[in-house]
Amino acid sequence: MYTPHTDRDIQEMLAVVGAPSLEALARVPDEVALKAPLDLPPALAEIDLMRRFEQLAARNTGTGYRQFLGAGAYRHYVPPVLGLAMRGEFLTAYTPYQAEVSQGSLQAIYEWQTYICLLTGLDVANASVYDGATATAEAAIMAINATGHRTLLVSRAVHPNYRAVLRTYAEGLDATIEELPLTAGGLTDWSQLASRLARNDVAAVVVQSPNFFGNVDQPPAQAQQAIRDAGALLIGVVAEVLSLAVLPPPARWGAEIAVGEAQSFGVALAYGGPYAGFMATTKEHLRRLPGRLVGKSVDAQGRTAYVLTMQAREQHIRREKATSNICTNQAHCALIATMYLAAVGDTGLRAIAAENLRRSRQLATAAANISGFRLAHEAPFFNEFVVRVPGRAADVLELLERNGILGGVDLGRWYPEYTDAILMTATELTTDDDIQALANALQEVPARAAAV
Amino acid sequence: MPLPSSTQTPLLFEQGKPGRATPYVTSSASAEQFLPKELVRDDLQLPDLPELEMVRHFTRLSQKNFGIDLGFYPLGSCTMKHNPKVNDAVAALPGFRDLHPYVPDHLAQGALQVMWELERALSSLFGMAAFSLNPSAGAHAELTALLIAKAYFKERGERGRTTVIVPDTAHGTNPASAAMVGYKVVSLKSKENGRVDPEEMRKAVGTDTAVCMMTNPNTLGLFEDEIAAIARIVHEAGGLMYYDGANANALMGITRPGDMGFDLMHLNTHKTFTIPHGGGGAGHGPVGVAKHLVAYLPTPIVVREGPEGPTTEKHTFRLDFDRPRSVGPVRSFWSNFAHAVRALAYIYANGARGLRRVSELAILNANYLRVKIAEFLTVPYDEVCRHEFVASAQDLKRETGVRALDLAKGLLDNGYMAPTVYFPLIVPECMMIEPTETETKETLDAFVETLRSLVETARRDPDALLSAPQRTPVGRIDEARAARQPDLRWMPAETGVH
Amino acid sequence: MAQPQGLLYSKEHEWAKVEGDVATVGITDYAQQSLGDIVFVELPKVGAKVDQGGNVGVVESVKAVSDLFTPLSGEVVEVNTALEDDPSLVNREPFGGGWMFKIKVSGDLSSQRSKLLDASSYEALIRESEH
Repeated sequence: MYTPHTDRDIQEMLAVVGAPSLEALARVPDEVALKAPLDLPPALAEIDLMRRFEQLAARNTGTGYRQFLGAGAYRHYVPPVLGLAMRGEFLTAYTPYQAEVSQGSLQAIYEWQTYICLLTGLDVANASVYDGATATAEAAIMAINATGHRTLLVSRAVHPNYRAVLRTYAEGLDATIEELPLTAGGLTDWSQLASRLARNDVAAVVVQSPNFFGNVDQPPAQAQQAIRDAGALLIGVVAEVLSLAVLPPPARWGAEIAVGEAQSFGVALAYGGPYAGFMATTKEHLRRLPGRLVGKSVDAQGRTAYVLTMQAREQHIRREKATSNICTNQAHCALIATMYLAAVGDTGLRAIAAENLRRSRQLATAAANISGFRLAHEAPFFNEFVVRVPGRAADVLELLERNGILGGVDLGRWYPEYTDAILMTATELTTDDDIQALANALQEVPARAAAV
Repeated sequence: MPLPSSTQTPLLFEQGKPGRATPYVTSSASAEQFLPKELVRDDLQLPDLPELEMVRHFTRLSQKNFGIDLGFYPLGSCTMKHNPKVNDAVAALPGFRDLHPYVPDHLAQGALQVMWELERALSSLFGMAAFSLNPSAGAHAELTALLIAKAYFKERGERGRTTVIVPDTAHGTNPASAAMVGYKVVSLKSKENGRVDPEEMRKAVGTDTAVCMMTNPNTLGLFEDEIAAIARIVHEAGGLMYYDGANANALMGITRPGDMGFDLMHLNTHKTFTIPHGGGGAGHGPVGVAKHLVAYLPTPIVVREGPEGPTTEKHTFRLDFDRPRSVGPVRSFWSNFAHAVRALAYIYANGARGLRRVSELAILNANYLRVKIAEFLTVPYDEVCRHEFVASAQDLKRETGVRALDLAKGLLDNGYMAPTVYFPLIVPECMMIEPTETETKETLDAFVETLRSLVETARRDPDALLSAPQRTPVGRIDEARAARQPDLRWMPAETGVH
Repeated sequence: MAQPQGLLYSKEHEWAKVEGDVATVGITDYAQQSLGDIVFVELPKVGAKVDQGGNVGVVESVKAVSDLFTPLSGEVVEVNTALEDDPSLVNREPFGGGWMFKIKVSGDLSSQRSKLLDASSYEALIRESEH
């Protein structure tokens, strides 16, 4: 479809190559040659292709619903100016190995690295990793290598998907994962920490704030100290990066490595990906940081120039001793996030964060005001929180759906003690109408639950 | 001549002024109203730029970049073919773009159908029983595949299988991925003709062999003719064969990894299936398996309910998490879905015949360049190549002091992206050239002439190349300084030097 | 280039200067030239026990990385901390200021010596590799 060759071109080129036909040139040993026909859709001209995909897209009726979904992927306003990222010079460039002709990508990555350091409060950040979950796994690897220990203490309030990915990676690393339990208030229970650390085999403690329930869940000073004293690393996870506009950064609550997800900064929801994982750490752990790093230097004429640096850590040089196997990262999504931050600016980021705080409280009040519904926790939250409902959360969500509303995420999916709980999220895109519609629909519930 | 622009633009942090940002979202509220004082940070100061300044900044940055959209990009092993714009258009359809991953299955049928159709198409195209769209990149898929292998052997009680065999031409991610799964890596020396030696393989395999990771065609662009025999040797020793799909562009519709005897494989859809590279990512690395390994695929997989045959309204799709023998998820949510849309669109645009033509013409373009370039540069493997080939500047270096790196920089000066240099490691002063099938004969001819004239310049006036590039926005960079004194971020003035 | 006399050389391009029971170790001029601009050196810890031929550290240049081996067995008694701030010393003075670590040699010294090369044998090794 996109090949420009005319029959004449092909004949001329075959003559130069000395082959009688394309088929002869491409021939492979008969033992492995393709024999059966392939089972692929028939080729479509572009006009028909568009129509086919429009039909498929239209079948995603969920996008037309009012929504209160969060839980690691957030619906935020994407300013049209971010379309700049689709410029061919950014979009169709490869990894900036030839730095002289990649200064655009390189400077943008340096700016991303800077933003991540400012937001997390740490010294150095890499050029991005796949997503928040794999970022957490890579941080765990850093901690295992730094300490020589193989146990990870992971709070149960960390995103279930992230914890599952940690378990997958741990299998390859021969590492053990133990969970820090939850308090009734939806926060990490630190009471067993000291006794656990005393066994002297802990590489890292992994905690998320705001946690999966939306609660601000920073380790208390005592816990931070205990972790430091034990020679373990605190890994701070942030799934809703917008929260860093307002809340104390991971560096302030003792994190030596901060990881998370930057999808909120202008990256499309796109049914789960591609997103933009970030990693930041202290100077001390710089050499263990996986992924690409862009540094500033000069060329022979003294002009400022950006370049991929410290590549000796990476797979293409270090091979089996590399800090990670990561090669391709999420550069373009990180570019979008950088553009987002440049576009909204400091002022805008604070305003957007304030709207998230305001709307989520408006939503929480509206939900809690309905008879039979109450907030599950008392902890401060950023833009999502948990509501306990009468009966089963699944039934309430189904009723909301019949009213054109995706009311949130059923926590019972991962937490057996929360089958009557919904995680609800509001952002700057949530409107008064949305909240009113939800409240109206929820009014139906107590009547139903009572009737059952 | 397509050269990037030299216009400078300062860092964002050196621009702007508080209060200047264009207000996309306003708020009458402030954080202090909703949070206790100790939970509101006071240390963040990001730049405030008005939209126009932000637009100029990124426009200027973009103009300093070289992309496929600007000029010829013969980067070996990266398959820098044209990225069709229709793919971006379909990925941006609101029905796909705005779909939250936790939307219930019955309200996301279109997305699930896309994933299912892509998975079925890839399985057929490459001869696998099933694919998972989970991994985000080739290296990520390799890791996943090795975890699958580990789980497979663990279940069979074969805990002694701890070695991964990798040819010395392998991409660096192969051994790195193996190390991340706790496997030991054994490197196999290639034969004189650049291929894996079945006899060396026979000596290397044993009861400790878990996986043999190979690419076919290999990183020299040569078809591993004895692949079926090699696969048999590995299988007889009880090991699994893994196919690194970086070079899949060379074999669509011609042969399939499944038919060669591979048990596991990955694809880089940002190579073969035109997903844009975006300056280094995001990629997409579907991982495919043979029947005996399907149970181990990462969760979730997409299942279609309903009768066999083409999809109709009778069918529904859902995400299946109930896979007790799965290695587990390897990422957040389900896949780099926007890229799955793009890849499926590319498959639809081509169909089976179109994809075969893609590979055939990729092979034609590469051989055409090979024959012409062999007239003035050493081409160590003087035989029919697949979609890429290697040339060596070793002789040129001996004669003139000009190395592969210098030729590469000379190409940059002439509006071309340089080929891959110094990989694979077994060819000294290596240049790996992959034109792809989307380039015209005229583009290839012009490239050959430029390269020929650079080689002539090397003989006549080597210093001209040793000081290249001269016409790009910056010249060769002091990389030693960048590594010795790492400056990896801007620092606010008050805190002084980092 | 004539290699300095009075030193022992390993096949991995390390040199050792034995004075009493302490050996100073570094990498050769040939090694630093092959690696290019050295940007980082990872040295063993003081007190570490090392075995002849064992991997004790890493030498990183811009585009390559090389394992550092110890030509003799013993206990590390000192490391060259100057290399932390100025790894280029290895390039400029591979046999002098670019020294890497000192070990108190232990075990059978003559049997260990027999596994190493003298200056002219090392020179021959380099000539062969350049072929």
